[in-house]
Amino acid sequence: MAKNTQHEVEQFLYQQAEFLDGKHWQPYIDLFTQDGVYWMPPEPSYQTWEGQVAIFAEDKNLMTVRMKRLLHPDAWSQRPLWETNHVVSNVIIEKQTRDEIVVRSRFHMLELRRDDVRHFAGAYRHELRKTKNGYRIKLQRVDMANAQAAYEYVLQAWV
Amino acid sequence: MLQERIPDLTKYVEPDRVRREVYTDPGIFELEMQRIHERVWIYCGHESQVPKAGDYYAVQIGRQPMLMVRGSDGKVHVLYNRCPHRGNMMCGDRKGNAGEFFRCSYHAWTFQHDGKLRSIPMMDSGYAGTPLNKESPELCMKPAPRVENYRGFVFSSLAKDGPSLKEFLGKAIVAFDDMCDRAPEGEVEIVPNCFRVIQHSNWKIFLENQLDALHPSVTHQSTGRAAHEVEKEIAKKTKKGEAPLSYHMLSAFATVTIDKWDNFQTLNYPYGHCILTGYMGLRPQDPDTLAYDKVMIKAYGRKRFEEIVSVNIHHVLIYPGLSVQSPLQQLRAVRPLGVDRTLTEIWHFRLKGAPEPIYRRSLAYYNLVNSPATLVNADDLENFWKCHQGLSSDGGDWVSFARHFGRDIEKDGMVETAPNCGTSEAPMRNQMKAWAEYMRG
Repeated sequence: MAKNTQHEVEQFLYQQAEFLDGKHWQPYIDLFTQDGVYWMPPEPSYQTWEGQVAIFAEDKNLMTVRMKRLLHPDAWSQRPLWETNHVVSNVIIEKQTRDEIVVRSRFHMLELRRDDVRHFAGAYRHELRKTKNGYRIKLQRVDMANAQAAYEYVLQAWV
Repeated sequence: MLQERIPDLTKYVEPDRVRREVYTDPGIFELEMQRIHERVWIYCGHESQVPKAGDYYAVQIGRQPMLMVRGSDGKVHVLYNRCPHRGNMMCGDRKGNAGEFFRCSYHAWTFQHDGKLRSIPMMDSGYAGTPLNKESPELCMKPAPRVENYRGFVFSSLAKDGPSLKEFLGKAIVAFDDMCDRAPEGEVEIVPNCFRVIQHSNWKIFLENQLDALHPSVTHQSTGRAAHEVEKEIAKKTKKGEAPLSYHMLSAFATVTIDKWDNFQTLNYPYGHCILTGYMGLRPQDPDTLAYDKVMIKAYGRKRFEEIVSVNIHHVLIYPGLSVQSPLQQLRAVRPLGVDRTLTEIWHFRLKGAPEPIYRRSLAYYNLVNSPATLVNADDLENFWKCHQGLSSDGGDWVSFARHFGRDIEKDGMVETAPNCGTSEAPMRNQMKAWAEYMRG
């Protein structure tokens, strides 16, 4: 495998994390293909996002609803100080074809909301399509280690 | 001691207002647990959560950690989650299968699924000369004094005496009838996932919000607007000019403007139970609905079918710990953890025998509104926290429930709101009336 593929994929994942932490919601959504899906199953045993319980199962339309809500002046829960910090690592290319690449990684995310700090961590699995504009996400699966834990407050944006 | 410190709780509740300490005083909270949650019928779970012998779920009733377990006899039992020997918790997991019997991890005492003692290591020699034997109740896991099951929904009461479950539920029993009757087979089945969200506020603040028809278009304006904008874009691009129903579930928060919520009605019953009527437009004429209607008519006949689908309910609140949305087959069980901490356990169900697309509606609502990434409840939780913070201050002594006060219509032992008074605070008045009666002891 070409060394620059590993590098390119890592740069892509870091860029995505940076969009989240910078609250650049539209550029974040634009990283997905037209039919792309962001999926966080409630447990690792889930095989498909369709027709199943999901913490997130969002196509671009639903992602746009979430973005518009986050940006609405009356999204009350968005008023307080709210910051996140993602670190992405352990990047492993699972498979690669001419048009597609599947990559696994691990993340840690610290969230500050008012005076409360929460810590989320888990695994990403990105199914990426190669396009003339670079990689685009067909499916991002997020297996959060604390997915089944009781939530002190809820999740506002993608993890 | 507690009674001395809180001399007359009934003075804390007036017909149209309530003292703030009712929400914030830890002493009152302890008393609530004793006099309300550990006395009345509390929802434990659905029997389909524990299909096989030995299957159990941990459930909190008031301050008591309990187990709902399926016995080898097929019956669902509710036991204190405690070994009678040294008090060790019997099951440390939230759910699981105990196997053929419970076995304490400390000294290997074993118990049948109904709590009866099965064995103690070297019991004959170890307890020779003591009055203790296998039949001694103090050597058994203590069962809840009362357990009842209504159409698969299991409730338990930690008091020996009191009204039966049916008497307690009264007209609010429609929550379960409406849910089950909408299934062609007359039963629902749990989807085995529980979302758990903790609210940093008193449990009553959540219950009061459930039938508060004035709040949706204010609290959920942002989500309603966002969903409505995207809904219109999708509609433009599709042949039929319609977006999926799930967008409508969200956009209704903006399109049903604040004045329209007065068209809803609340029905308020003894023991604090309340119903909010309203339909959310869930009887459309699309092919999925028509296919479901066909199955239902085959199962029930047209007359009964019409009766079933015309039940007009949005929410049923079963005081003090359950909020049911029967037309969408969802429920939220409320478990107070402390005076300012409340856990909600959120479940949804499949209608047995209904076509898959009907389940997908229920699922869409569960994922979008009730998941931990909810597009809706995030703003409620923010309000609940702020309410609790504000009530902790000396800035005022009372919480007001005066909206449309004096216009309630009392008849047949219940209170209904007058026409065009859907935003009435009658449900909060009704809940606090029940609260005061319970707290009188």
